Amino acid sequence: MSIEIDHVNKHFRDFVAVDNVSLTFREGELTALLGPSGSGKTTLLRIIAGLEQPDTGRIRFHGEDTTDLHVSQRGVGFVFQHYALFKHMTVFQNVAYGLTVRPRRVRPGKAEIKRKVMELLELVQLDWTAHRYPHQLSGGQRQRIALARALAVEPKVLLLDEPFGALDAKVRAELRRWLRRLHDEIHVTSVFVTHDQEEALEVSDRVVVMNKGRVEQDGSPEEVYDHPANPFVYQFLGNVNLFHARVHDGVARIGDVALPAPEYEGYRNEQGQAYVRPHEIEVFADAQHQDALHAKVELVSVVGPTVRLELRTDNSEALVHAELPKYRYRALGLQQGGDAWIRPIHSRVFLPDSQVSNG
Amino acid sequence: MSIALPRRRVIPGFGLTMGFTLLYLSLVFLIPVGAFLLYTATMSWETFWNAVTQRQVVASYKLSFGGSLIAATINLVFGALVAWVLVRYRFPGKRLVVALVDLPFALPTAVAGIALVTLYASSGWVGQYLDLFGIRVAYTQLGVIVALTYIGLPFVVRTVQPVLEDLEAEWEEASASLGADRLTTVRRVILPALMPALLTGYALAFARALGEYGSVVFISGNLPFRTEITPLLIVAKAEQYDYHGAAAIGTVMLLAAFLMLLVINGLQWWTSRRYGQ
Amino acid sequence: MTTATTVLETQDTLAKRWRRATEEPAWLRLTLIGTALTFLALFLVLPLSVVLYGAFEQGLGVWYAAIRDPDAMAAIRLTLLIVAIVVPLNTLFGIAAAWAIAKFEFRGKPLLISLIDMPFAISPVVVGLIFVILFGSQGWLGPWLSSHDLRIIFAVPGIVIVIAFGTLPFIARELIPLMQQQGKEEEEASLTLGASGWKTFWHVTLPNIKWGLIYGIILCNARAMGEFGAVAVVSGRIRGETNTMPLHIEVLYNEYMFTAAFAVSSLLTGLALVTIAIKSLVEWHDERRQRLAVL
Repeated sequence: MSIEIDHVNKHFRDFVAVDNVSLTFREGELTALLGPSGSGKTTLLRIIAGLEQPDTGRIRFHGEDTTDLHVSQRGVGFVFQHYALFKHMTVFQNVAYGLTVRPRRVRPGKAEIKRKVMELLELVQLDWTAHRYPHQLSGGQRQRIALARALAVEPKVLLLDEPFGALDAKVRAELRRWLRRLHDEIHVTSVFVTHDQEEALEVSDRVVVMNKGRVEQDGSPEEVYDHPANPFVYQFLGNVNLFHARVHDGVARIGDVALPAPEYEGYRNEQGQAYVRPHEIEVFADAQHQDALHAKVELVSVVGPTVRLELRTDNSEALVHAELPKYRYRALGLQQGGDAWIRPIHSRVFLPDSQVSNG
Repeated sequence: MSIALPRRRVIPGFGLTMGFTLLYLSLVFLIPVGAFLLYTATMSWETFWNAVTQRQVVASYKLSFGGSLIAATINLVFGALVAWVLVRYRFPGKRLVVALVDLPFALPTAVAGIALVTLYASSGWVGQYLDLFGIRVAYTQLGVIVALTYIGLPFVVRTVQPVLEDLEAEWEEASASLGADRLTTVRRVILPALMPALLTGYALAFARALGEYGSVVFISGNLPFRTEITPLLIVAKAEQYDYHGAAAIGTVMLLAAFLMLLVINGLQWWTSRRYGQ
Repeated sequence: MTTATTVLETQDTLAKRWRRATEEPAWLRLTLIGTALTFLALFLVLPLSVVLYGAFEQGLGVWYAAIRDPDAMAAIRLTLLIVAIVVPLNTLFGIAAAWAIAKFEFRGKPLLISLIDMPFAISPVVVGLIFVILFGSQGWLGPWLSSHDLRIIFAVPGIVIVIAFGTLPFIARELIPLMQQQGKEEEEASLTLGASGWKTFWHVTLPNIKWGLIYGIILCNARAMGEFGAVAVVSGRIRGETNTMPLHIEVLYNEYMFTAAFAVSSLLTGLALVTIAIKSLVEWHDERRQRLAVL
């Protein structure tokens, strides 16, 4: 079931939460809505679910207009940030709820409900908790029960609001992979909201980056990470170094380093900002390349298998962050406080006034 | 593509519940009160002024307002003490005591009235001992204060108790670690934190005492100019079909009650602004 | 504290006079507890005891006879009839108001909450007066009512309406904060799972507010049965007809039938004790749930 969002707007008092957003979520895909808090991602999710009404615009499921369809008729599975499990019901009753509240005509029989619920509990590997109450479960378990409850009604689309937000780091990483595997099994069109870029990149088929109610970029995780559409996306997805750059006829220059910038073919002597990720900076221990910039190594921090360097170039006030594998760092024999030479190997330049569409 | 949609709410039942709420509130409360105020407004100013400034009525204000003020002050001191003891200390039967604090709230005022007068009459369990010291409670202004204290007792305790429970122990520990002795900590750290709750409880106890009737009429003896409270005068005038007089005094009491509500709401607004809750 | 004190006592031998930063010395603690308990005994326990003593002083037989007196029975029946009308109405009102206020955003919400609180602050005597002036024989609608042979004042309808007015806030005040604190996520979850509004209310909301609702109803009931000042103004005290239990107590007391007065009082006192017992139960239940929620 595909979801189509057509020119949707939503404001709360003076605050514009969703600003003329149009998007299509393709059938069977797992999409991440990624953005900082206040970017409108949760509001958009709640609009898709029918928990908020858009000021203007339409929502369509598989071409069928559902904008005016009440949330209870819309057939969405919604997993709430804080799970919203019914405190006074057992796990079994929670998962069975969506089936037991159906009108008698279409309600499955007791045995059928039981079979279905147990099947779902097995799917989320929590069948042994059926007779417990939500408060007797850990956060990760509650999360999975909330998911099972949402799936019990065989939703056309699955919507998850910060599904791992309230969990600790280790459980989060486990559940993330588990959600990915689960999605590969059941293949229901799913959208989840997150502010964690790593989570978005790891789990989803597609990432929609939002900011201030607008869609900044929409693409596969690789596309979004490797070819950010604008400075916001660049900065939001991972660390980045900013360099002054001069663009001339398809070439960007950072100091003496010349890098290809084919999107600026025909531009002449424009000043812009080059965005370079820490792992896109080559580090040398000697001046073997004449275009490399001289820098002092100010700080070395070893994080597991990678080494992060903070370097200060001769003419720069800002620190440059570089990342390299530990073996490479060892081979170079760099020292904190010693000299180094650096050279960007890939960059993306943005000119102050013109924003180039996704290149 | 910008068609404005009709406003619709996701959770159902707004129209039904809001409609019933407003209808019921209007029928039972708003329209009658409005009509009553309108009735007073149709009186001439002179009738109104004469009714509310009769000597007997003025004497009743003094007793009602003065007695309520004294009773609320007693409750402020003892209510804070009771709340402190109930939150901070453990002693046998504490649960029972905690529950009993609400008794004046649940016990019918007429029952409380006859109980108090029986206790404090000169032959009563308490009255006979007070008599030895020449203290008379029943059928005096002191009796009115006793009844009003009884009726306002739960308010200060119940507003202070939750605030005291939520008070972080770290504050007191920090104060002590900075060299303050216990009394200083209570005075400089705990009391200021409790101040809004204390004031709210004080205002609630005062407002409740001001309008009280049932628990007072038995113990007060209702002597004109001496132990007549204002609500009693209203009843008396209504029974004598002096509707103008009753309505005029009733309006004064009603406005006093609204004023107290305003004060209480203001206090709560001030608290939430100051402490951001 | 018993375990804590024993620990402290063993420590006492090591470090004399060690005291927690949040504690007072023992002598002060005992003085404060003593003062507070004396105050409460004087104002709460003694009145309670004197009612029960007065009711049962002359034995169960006398108590029973006082209750079975025809006028007393009429007062009890009338009181029960009135709460059977008022309590369901105020329950509906409380639930409706709490639903509208807790689950929706609208302009003027603080004003509505203040309005609902207001009857609580108005003197019961003034409440009675308001309706006497509206419906009394010399009141605004009096002539019209008597020409249509309708009686409100000095009759049951008048008593019902003043009690409804006086006890209007109790259930709503109990439910509004409770439902506000619970938010609307569970209701939304229920709706996304396809439940209708009624089913959501019945299966999700009601179980969550059950205890608060029970306490609200029982408190409203106790206050309705015990309402005195407002009823005193509108009832006319017609024996066997418009005397509610509190009015009957007053009549008995003024006729120096103290034992009978205390006997009828003991029934209302029992009700008051049940009310505060249920309140304690509800609070205990809440505490337990909060403790569990933290785990």
